[in-house]
Amino acid sequence: MAETETATNMREIAYREAVREALAEEIERDENVVIMGEEVAQYNGAYKVTEGLWKKYGDKRVVDTPISEAGFIGMGIGASMLGIRPVMELMFFSFAYVAWDQIVNNAATIRYMSGGLINIPIVIRGPANAGTNVGSTHSHTPENLFANFPGLKVVCPATPYDAKGLMKTAIRDNDPVYVLENTLLYGLKGPVPEEEYTIPLGLAEVKREGTDLTIVAHGRAVLSSLKAAEILEAEHELSVEVVDLRSIRPLDEETILNSVRKTNHALYVEETKPFCGVGAQISHLIQSQAFDYLDAPVARLSAIDAPAIYSDPLEKIQLPNPQRIIQVALGMF
Amino acid sequence: MPGMPFRIQHPTLYKRIVVSHNSVLCLGPSAGVGPSIDRKRVSSFAPSIVSPKSKTKSKKSSASEEPEDFQEDIDLKAFQDHRVNKRLTAEEKLDLYTLMVRIRRFEERAVRGYQQGKIGGFLHDYIGQESVAAGSIPLMEGEDQMITAYRDHGQALAVGMSMKECMAELYGRHTGCSKGKGGSMHFFAPDKHYWGGHGIVGGQTPLGAGLAYALKYRGIKACALCFLGDGAVNQGAFHESLNLAQLFELPVVYIIENNGYSMGTSQDRSSTYVDCLAKRAEGYNMAWDYGNGHLLYEVRARVLEAMERARKKSLPTLLELKTYRYRGHSIADANFEKYRTKEEIKRIRETLDPIMVFQNLLIEEGLLDEDKVKEIDKAARQEALEAAEFADQSPYPPEEEIVTDVYWTTDNPGKHDNQGRIFFND
Repeated sequence: MAETETATNMREIAYREAVREALAEEIERDENVVIMGEEVAQYNGAYKVTEGLWKKYGDKRVVDTPISEAGFIGMGIGASMLGIRPVMELMFFSFAYVAWDQIVNNAATIRYMSGGLINIPIVIRGPANAGTNVGSTHSHTPENLFANFPGLKVVCPATPYDAKGLMKTAIRDNDPVYVLENTLLYGLKGPVPEEEYTIPLGLAEVKREGTDLTIVAHGRAVLSSLKAAEILEAEHELSVEVVDLRSIRPLDEETILNSVRKTNHALYVEETKPFCGVGAQISHLIQSQAFDYLDAPVARLSAIDAPAIYSDPLEKIQLPNPQRIIQVALGMF
Repeated sequence: MPGMPFRIQHPTLYKRIVVSHNSVLCLGPSAGVGPSIDRKRVSSFAPSIVSPKSKTKSKKSSASEEPEDFQEDIDLKAFQDHRVNKRLTAEEKLDLYTLMVRIRRFEERAVRGYQQGKIGGFLHDYIGQESVAAGSIPLMEGEDQMITAYRDHGQALAVGMSMKECMAELYGRHTGCSKGKGGSMHFFAPDKHYWGGHGIVGGQTPLGAGLAYALKYRGIKACALCFLGDGAVNQGAFHESLNLAQLFELPVVYIIENNGYSMGTSQDRSSTYVDCLAKRAEGYNMAWDYGNGHLLYEVRARVLEAMERARKKSLPTLLELKTYRYRGHSIADANFEKYRTKEEIKRIRETLDPIMVFQNLLIEEGLLDEDKVKEIDKAARQEALEAAEFADQSPYPPEEEIVTDVYWTTDNPGKHDNQGRIFFND
């Protein structure tokens, strides 16, 4: 599958519209696709991602569920064993924990424990980010947790283009794919082709080329890293390459390693917490596979290691921002 | 239940709920749903404390602390004339009997394998509960589906899985139904509409709703049976499932196999309820029913009614079947006499053993005699023995198997666009 078909008709659409287009196209493509979640239908989605879908596709394809995550996600998993493809919205991924047994036990292990007789073609999607002034319970970033479970796939798109292409692939995938979006990105506009396209899972993208430092990141941290890279280049004459993982599991090890072998410097930036975080995994990968290429220890910048703080100015400090990225990057040289 | 005297070992056993035989699922007064409990009788037994008044033949010491008359009103021939049983041929009746015997002999052989150190981990045996699987699963037809919890061997044999593949799974062998990757609690056979085998208490109950959801989504007139134990009724996932099942009018039958104990905690020490556990369905405006799970004919009748409600009206039912396990929660549960008396186990074994009860019925019906009983038993023992030998001689999975069957896409390279397993023959 080509990553990008030559796109001739680009237009600017918002991240949430890109996800919505993916959902609509897959509803139309496959009669087994059903969207379900809290407020996804008549309310048009808590974050308007599913706006208009219920009106267009009706009760059967777009289903409002009660606030009952363990119930409806488990139900979706059960239906998927029989070939239905539920795309289930978590209003926040912070609510995953009330459905934890279904999400990481049933979804991740049934295929294995059945000796490969069953597969679970579900998608769970929704925002997973801090930075919205809502306090700790609604600000979790569990991508590292999910990625710890063999059997699950974890995707964190940073741009509208990636959000659409990865969502379409996720829905067609025959394994459980958890797509972690970001409320701070829903309004972000970016180029998306008119033509249909998909992006394979497990393919990172070099979002910016450079020669001195590799910043690897996922989700919104990619955008902060790109901004930092611009400043580093303009003000500090550092040529920074930014690698966007896009999917954390499966992981595109080669793209990361190729970049590090070129720049000899690696920094991981993530909005999740550092302890046992994604950056820890990537650091291990780099030191074990490209140790001899490193001119400095692998650096890491994560959210400050505490529950998400409510107070707005401090919350902005808690997450990695371009200023902090620049600081850490300069410290490597 | 606060204030519940612990000394009452099993007060609800057959005692307070008196089913009105042969009038399954009479409609309830208000909700239009179907409790089959004779309310007048129930009220005379409620609430949950049974006064130890010595109504009947009082037995020895500890028995006086148990309900004296727990066998009261049990008609062992109940539902013999129900249409689902009348339609059975002599051969089919013998098949059902044989199935129960096979389950028991399989489990006994598995216990032996465990004691020999050939089976590790947990082994939750089905001995004593055979009539529930044998009474319900053979009623499945067409696209009906089923799913169960971790006490899953009886259901596996009932859907037609072989003793060999089941025993080999227990032995952790590559020839097991899950290639040795699932173990005792995780049998699967999707080709027989058997969706596991689930180890977490109550964790399978939303999946059961999902199987029914898929059937309804596809417009298929069929139902899903979802078994659970009495310990699962207090799990949140189960209550969420009940709400969803009724809200979305899903064709699912939840069957509580109530063996009286969630591990070592009796029903009265773990659950609050009025009359019985299934009555909780009223809170969800769902049809419910209660029956004696020892009696194969009764199980068939009650399960059929629920299945028909699911298939014809696309409505769920919560059905509680009273049953009993003779052994511990799992084979490792050596102290099971801590939470119940020897006498209780003995008495139920002697009076309500599902195989014994059905055997007597078939003898009375002229379908079984001593020779035939022996022949069936011998064959079942032999089959179980051969299954154990097969398992013992089977290879363990090769090391490469540790990393296969994790992802469909990894196991099927280059087939990314394939739709995977699609059922219903499309």
